[in-house]
Amino acid sequence: MSGTPARPSPRALARQRRRLALSGFWRRYRRHRAGLLGLAGLVLFVLLALAAPLLVAPGDLSVTRAPHDAYQPPAPAHPLGTDNFGRSLLDLVVWGSRVSLTVGFLATLVSVGLGTLVGITAGHYRGVAGAVLMRVTDWFLVLPTLVLAVALATVLSRSTLTIVIAIGITAWPTTARLVRAQTLAVEARPYIERSRALGGGHTHIMLRHVLPNVLPLVLAQTTLLVASSIIAESTLAFLGLGDPGTVSWGGTLQDARRAGAVSSGVWWYLLPPGAAIALVALSFTLCGRAVEGALDPRSREGR
Amino acid sequence: MNHLETRGLTVAYRAGGREVPAVRGVDLAIPPGGTLGLAGESGCGKSTVALAVLRLLPATARVGGSVLLAGEDVLTMAWGRLRAVRWAGASIVFQGAMHSLNAVRRVGDQIAEPVLLHESAETPASAARRAADLLERVGLPPRTAAAYPHELSGGQRQRVMIAMALACGPRLVIADEPTTALDVMVQAQILRLLKDLVARNGIAMMMISHDLSVLADACDRLAVMYAGRIVEEGPARQVFADARHPYAAALGAAFPVVGDPASRYAPRGLAGDPPDPAGSGTGCSFRPRCAVAEDRCAYVDPALWRAGPDRSAACVRVLPSEEVL
Amino acid sequence: MSAPSAAPAAPDRGRGSPRRIAVYLAGRLLGAAASMAAVTVTAFFLFRVLPGDPVRTMTQGRAVTEAQLDELRRQYGLDKPLGEQFLDYCSGLLRLDLGVSYQYRAPVTELIAERLWPTVLLAGTGTLLAAVLGLWLGTRAAWRRGRVVDQVNTGLALTLWSVPTFWLGLLLIVVFAGTGGFPTGGMATPGVRGPAAALDVAHHMVLPVATMVAVVYAQYLMIMRSSLLTEMGSDYLVTARAKGLRDALVLRRHAVPNALLPTVTLVFLNLGQVVAGAILVETVFSWPGLGQLFYQGLRLPDLPLVQGLFVFFSAGVILMNLLADLVYPLLDPRVRV
Repeated sequence: MSGTPARPSPRALARQRRRLALSGFWRRYRRHRAGLLGLAGLVLFVLLALAAPLLVAPGDLSVTRAPHDAYQPPAPAHPLGTDNFGRSLLDLVVWGSRVSLTVGFLATLVSVGLGTLVGITAGHYRGVAGAVLMRVTDWFLVLPTLVLAVALATVLSRSTLTIVIAIGITAWPTTARLVRAQTLAVEARPYIERSRALGGGHTHIMLRHVLPNVLPLVLAQTTLLVASSIIAESTLAFLGLGDPGTVSWGGTLQDARRAGAVSSGVWWYLLPPGAAIALVALSFTLCGRAVEGALDPRSREGR
Repeated sequence: MNHLETRGLTVAYRAGGREVPAVRGVDLAIPPGGTLGLAGESGCGKSTVALAVLRLLPATARVGGSVLLAGEDVLTMAWGRLRAVRWAGASIVFQGAMHSLNAVRRVGDQIAEPVLLHESAETPASAARRAADLLERVGLPPRTAAAYPHELSGGQRQRVMIAMALACGPRLVIADEPTTALDVMVQAQILRLLKDLVARNGIAMMMISHDLSVLADACDRLAVMYAGRIVEEGPARQVFADARHPYAAALGAAFPVVGDPASRYAPRGLAGDPPDPAGSGTGCSFRPRCAVAEDRCAYVDPALWRAGPDRSAACVRVLPSEEVL
Repeated sequence: MSAPSAAPAAPDRGRGSPRRIAVYLAGRLLGAAASMAAVTVTAFFLFRVLPGDPVRTMTQGRAVTEAQLDELRRQYGLDKPLGEQFLDYCSGLLRLDLGVSYQYRAPVTELIAERLWPTVLLAGTGTLLAAVLGLWLGTRAAWRRGRVVDQVNTGLALTLWSVPTFWLGLLLIVVFAGTGGFPTGGMATPGVRGPAAALDVAHHMVLPVATMVAVVYAQYLMIMRSSLLTEMGSDYLVTARAKGLRDALVLRRHAVPNALLPTVTLVFLNLGQVVAGAILVETVFSWPGLGQLFYQGLRLPDLPLVQGLFVFFSAGVILMNLLADLVYPLLDPRVRV
């Protein structure tokens, strides 16, 4: 691997190696058919969320000046039917993707960021500091996730940010555990010893050596977490803890239940938002598994 | 009739769309009660031969030629017959018994398992008694039967493996690197145990190792494999002391004889790596590493050739001088 | 015979000595107690941050005098300083007193006791079925890796896993409310008595349990599958095949017991979360359990009730984790104390 004195600067070498690794990653990722499917779904939904303002006129989502009659089954003017106010469900689903995806990404960012920070720190500083951090992680791990998220969402004011925090704070311990294990493995490698002997400080080792080695794992974890974050968001919204002023998939389902769509059998009010949640979550899960498979050639899951 | 005989045995693994040959035409013969040592460095295909004898290779392996066990071809046997032959006809002592034993089952149960499977007359109680007997035969107290593998030392686990291999009274035992993972003192004990048991019960044995001195000590005959082929075969002492193939000679020299001052100064070890099994050029596959290679080695790939009474080698230097193929 | 020096040290080297068991148990119990203490503190302060005046919430809309409000505050101990409230709460907890619910005007402990069994029945049945189904299908998927069985099983599991629990429940209600067949709400038909009552409850359980199983089993399937795939390459399986065992026996006797360990641990670790997760299923199917109670507590919000349930659910998870720690050594001889 190393050893020969390098002509190009080490930085350039590192960049080149990274580029090679990336192209190799993509090559292995492409082998997972399900992963490509997931990626396609993902891109589709992200584009949909970005283009939503172009597709849906703001007035169409108004409760008081709804464009159609209430409870209309699917028809050309409203392909997925209308809700109890007369809004087109297609519009609601398209618009709802914005909140669901935003919350999914942000909550994952919070939890993965927190988890990585805690995991690397706990793995690097062994002894008391590390032990205390792991103790805290373990303790968060035993709190019933949904109950804690619900409690947080109840306590804080009702807003999208609240939901992000509630999910982010409950989901980080798993990441922290994974990252810590990986950190311990990385720090056991000889070059860390060498770096330390050469005078590399804690920050240097954590940022320059541990973090790059932990990132692939974090990437896989992120993709998988987005899926569960989106489900969690819809769950909290369904329990009535979301921001009542915004349109989200979970919120729409709650509206449907409140309006009695379940007992009156208005299936088209229920079907689209839930299917959207499931599709997005499935896309992320498939991506996450493909990423895992591409990173770890040993676990080459069924192509 | 030989108890085990392979004729033109070939094994190739499918990997990424191509076939990588691991064994390239191996002929072996072990008479009843005979012992054969199969030597070679890692990756030469010797363990593949061992697994092929009981058709234990993974589905990605393609096996050709024939493997005759007491005259019956293992490779074409029906599944039921094959299962009956496994362990009862020939058993295997695997290397690294930590992983070859099931970690969550007691060793007594693991020894009794093939007994119950192959002998319908046995009851669980009688099989357990048999397991205790077997443990005593390999020098372990019968109460070891209640232990789990992780509670035993490496040498004890290997003894359990040997007891297990003898459980159904096979006529052939294949010992695949039986002592590799052990320290030197325990190695010697295990080897002597294996040798004694095999000799006393008239069991034929094929022992596989990279250590030529171990094999020379434990076996009547020796076969040296290189890159999926046998390059030298003959009486153990002769092959060890006076190898005709340069590779066999190098392999023998890699393990110094303790107490022999000459071996301290003799050049030993072998430069270079074994050839890439996927791609082989023309000529002798050992040529790139051979210290005594000649010009003709670049295009002659010699077959096994008579190299003295009762022995053979695959090297141009043992060919009668005119007979260049 | 060979050297007698090879005779093993006692094979039961220090295993299962009472002292070591005691130390192990004490360690686990201490850990659980620490977690419980942390939960207690969290529960108290988390809900004190709650904005709004709980007394006003309680009396929602009704005309009450300021004096009545003060009386209520005194009654619920809300007029005392925070530190004193905390001490009251802790000492109450030790006496299993979780306070009095605002909306039910009944002790929270009593409410929990009343609603506990429906939840245990639902979550227990759901987990049992999900575990059996997940382990069985996971084994099949791993054994036939890459084949149609595997692809269908894994695909279905991943899809169901991506579906929100409550939505699946709502869909089932829509389907069965239209066609009949299974009751879509509640736990029992009023007036049914005797042996028919048990059957009636079972009938009511079908849809909630199905919803629960559908969402939970996928996780067990995936874990069992990957755990078994890891075992699949192991040397001891080659030994088992060399012994002449049929493939099915190699799987059942050797691979599965080894692969089962991580999966069973996960099932236990999940038990507590599943009980908490019953909130959704119970809400959707109006199942009179703890989850529905929690949902009702959220609406107000009914502080003592929500806080009490939070403590109770967390205690459940901690207890199940403790149980997993205690069961694992029984399953895996390698960690036997």
